[in-house]
Amino acid sequence: MAELIEPQVFHKQTRSVWKPRTLLPGLPEMALLWLPALLVAAAMLLPIIYLLLRAGGADLPAWQWLLRTRTLEILGRTILLVIGVTSAAMVVAVPLAWLTVRTDLPLGRLWSILIPLPLVIPSYVGAYLFVSALGPRGLLQSWLEAWFGVTRLPDIHGLPGAVIVLTLISYPYIYLSVRAALLKMDPTLEEAARSLGHNLLKTFRRVTLPQLRPAITVGSLLVALYVLRDFGAVSILRYDTFSRVIYIQYRSSFDRASAAALSLILVAMTVVILVLEIRTRGRSLYHSASATASRPLARFSLGAWRWPALIFCAGVTGLALLVPAGLLLYWLVRGILAGEQISNLWLATRNSALASVLAAGFSLLAALPVAVLNVRRPGRLSHLLERVTYVGYALPGIVIALALVFFGANYALSLYQTLPLLIFAYVVLFLPQAVGALRASILQVQPSLEEAGRSLGHGPIRIFQKITLPLISPGVAAGAGLVFLTTMKELPATLILAPIGFKTLASGLWSAVSEAFFAKAAAPALLLILVSSLPMAILIIKDQNKASSQ
Amino acid sequence: MLCRTKIAAVLLVVTLLATACAPAATPTAGQPPESNQDALVEVGGTPADPGSLVIYSGRSESLVEPIIGQFADLTGIQVDVRYGSTAELAATILEEGSNSPADVFFAQDPGGLGAVADAGMLAELPEGLLNRVEARFRSPEGNWVGVSGRARVVVYNTDKLSPEDLPDELNGFGDPKWQGRIGWAPTNGSFQTMVTAMRQVWGEESTSEWLEGILANDPVVYENNTSIVAAVGAGEVDVGFVNHYYLYRFLQEEGEEFPARNYFLPGGGPGSLIMVAGVGRIASGPNEDNALKFIDFLLSPVAQQYFASQTFEYPVIEGIQTQRLLTPLSELDAIDIPLGSLADLQGTVELLQEVGALP
Repeated sequence: MAELIEPQVFHKQTRSVWKPRTLLPGLPEMALLWLPALLVAAAMLLPIIYLLLRAGGADLPAWQWLLRTRTLEILGRTILLVIGVTSAAMVVAVPLAWLTVRTDLPLGRLWSILIPLPLVIPSYVGAYLFVSALGPRGLLQSWLEAWFGVTRLPDIHGLPGAVIVLTLISYPYIYLSVRAALLKMDPTLEEAARSLGHNLLKTFRRVTLPQLRPAITVGSLLVALYVLRDFGAVSILRYDTFSRVIYIQYRSSFDRASAAALSLILVAMTVVILVLEIRTRGRSLYHSASATASRPLARFSLGAWRWPALIFCAGVTGLALLVPAGLLLYWLVRGILAGEQISNLWLATRNSALASVLAAGFSLLAALPVAVLNVRRPGRLSHLLERVTYVGYALPGIVIALALVFFGANYALSLYQTLPLLIFAYVVLFLPQAVGALRASILQVQPSLEEAGRSLGHGPIRIFQKITLPLISPGVAAGAGLVFLTTMKELPATLILAPIGFKTLASGLWSAVSEAFFAKAAAPALLLILVSSLPMAILIIKDQNKASSQ
Repeated sequence: MLCRTKIAAVLLVVTLLATACAPAATPTAGQPPESNQDALVEVGGTPADPGSLVIYSGRSESLVEPIIGQFADLTGIQVDVRYGSTAELAATILEEGSNSPADVFFAQDPGGLGAVADAGMLAELPEGLLNRVEARFRSPEGNWVGVSGRARVVVYNTDKLSPEDLPDELNGFGDPKWQGRIGWAPTNGSFQTMVTAMRQVWGEESTSEWLEGILANDPVVYENNTSIVAAVGAGEVDVGFVNHYYLYRFLQEEGEEFPARNYFLPGGGPGSLIMVAGVGRIASGPNEDNALKFIDFLLSPVAQQYFASQTFEYPVIEGIQTQRLLTPLSELDAIDIPLGSLADLQGTVELLQEVGALP
């Protein structure tokens, strides 16, 4: 019984019972898994190759400049921010996921749809809205001044503001992957723990949390790398990080060589984070040991705790979604009342949705071989392939976009600035999100189920269709949702690589904000949130129905 | 057939010239552009295919789309525009090299044009185009030309200050009485161009001292001009260093009671700089003729009047009526410094980093 409560120990004992056997025999495995995975990894290395080419052009003073003490200081600040945001996002997202999936939280489905949506808010917009609403002389202050005579609120710029804003727009990375893991978790372990007299909290801490580890880790990895790549929020909140320095280098001095050299340091930081993350993975297995198919998940009754739980959910979504949306609505209404023309956004909406759906689909396809090999064929090469997909993930979007401009305009001119190349750019930008979500859910699938399918004489594709895919569907949904939401707001690659005249909601929003047309900015921003909530609602309701009907 | 094509081409040029010579303040006088187009079709039978044009625009869509659309309507040219930030588009053109699909680069500031010109990717413009604009507003090598002007100004909060409280020169803001009251945007291209002008007029030493003086007053750092104007209006800071036209957007959106106004430094120093947004032709661009037609159009009274009245900028040619709230360029005592000589942004960025204004 002790093993049940310490699932890792339990799993280590069973590990020797089965060994990964040929998932697909010989040639098909090569053609269907290894070859695509190698191609995907090669594509993911394009930005790094570009950076090496460009950094080669940096002269000695540029490299010396990199080694000044200020660089180290910025490095320290960047690390501080990464740690701050990642831990805060974990603290926010894990309880949210557990509350929405595993308890009788009132309005559970509504929360499940609203909670991931802040991911769609571009960080510069989020930061701008946050400062406008809660800044020292923001909207809140103006109300407080009218009622209570408060003339200034505490300054939120700097580290605290950056941590708050980045946490509020990045916690969905952790939320979505943890949610997927919870939906497919074997409930028997928790039940056993409960029957041993553990209370809710202790069960969560000792049984649930350890099983969620892969999902939490991959979500946190995405958050950490997202923080490294962001420059929008940190610029507005006045916190200098590495990405911001790279950006200034591009923008102010048009110095691509120094920018590339700086970007390589960011890649090096990413590699360190990736190595640290793989250390935490250990060798534990996370699928249920019993052969019984998953049963309906028991939902814990919150009792009197439902009120604090409700306040927590409402507080997070309120701050991350309703405050920005409310402020946008206020600008929109004020603009319309002042007679401002709001242009027709139908085409931009269609383009955004089309590009994001395609990006999500192709990212999943590209991620699948990498994730399957990583879980089912543990070994040097498969681990390397998976890690390689993350290496460029911390690079600011403009760096990836310029890399693809270089390769596209010089080696694939007929594809340059077409929709296929744009989708390819999105896949390169967001693949790790799909790989992470898929990997975490494949880990939960028992290989013996797939083997049973094989013993019944089914081919590999049919097994995948009939057995694996239904079992990993929450992971597929999480991966698709993550890529969809981040593509909706993507800007630098869209501006540079889209077919000419291909307008999206994000580009319309940017164009209006950069010229301070707030009313014009509000309409595409609100549409961005609304349009994104639709597919999220479909994904989530489908999942939840499945989970409760099993 | 050939004859018809020629007639059409000649007519097109005549139409363009006619628009270019139209009286300044009455762009809509006479026939609207559509009827010009009709006339062309009527006389020439089948019009010549006017071809296409690809523009990379660092200027935002909301500001320049109307005037580009007017050019397309007028000429029948198929115009495609890629919008982005000036710096990112400049980097894109540099990466694309001779495969760049762009014919024209319409940039927010001379810095972006300079970066592309330095790589030898901008073609020299015909003298007829260049000479329409004052020498200080175009490239000394003749490969880009200014299209609309913007003045560096100090935006101040009208509830807290009146113009009499403001100094004549930038130096005045080093005074400790400005402690915590200044907003600036050291990452902003226009600000950096102003610092480049300071370096040229005052020398490195004095510029560095000025920057340190401002830093000693704990200026509030903003991301761009827009947020500075917003902050001054909200009373977060009392003054800010910005380009003149952002204020007019706020006045338009928030009404004239918005408590901020511009102050043009009267001392004639580097704080009184007039800068331009400009345009250059990509040397490898496939549609040379159309590119030149477009640049010609931007310097025509119609387009100049548009910039003066719709985007609140300064026209770069004579005889255009400026916006009612805008002091005409001729009445400003601006520093006379060729913008082409302010290309050393790298040196400015290094100085800003040295004093700690940039990371």
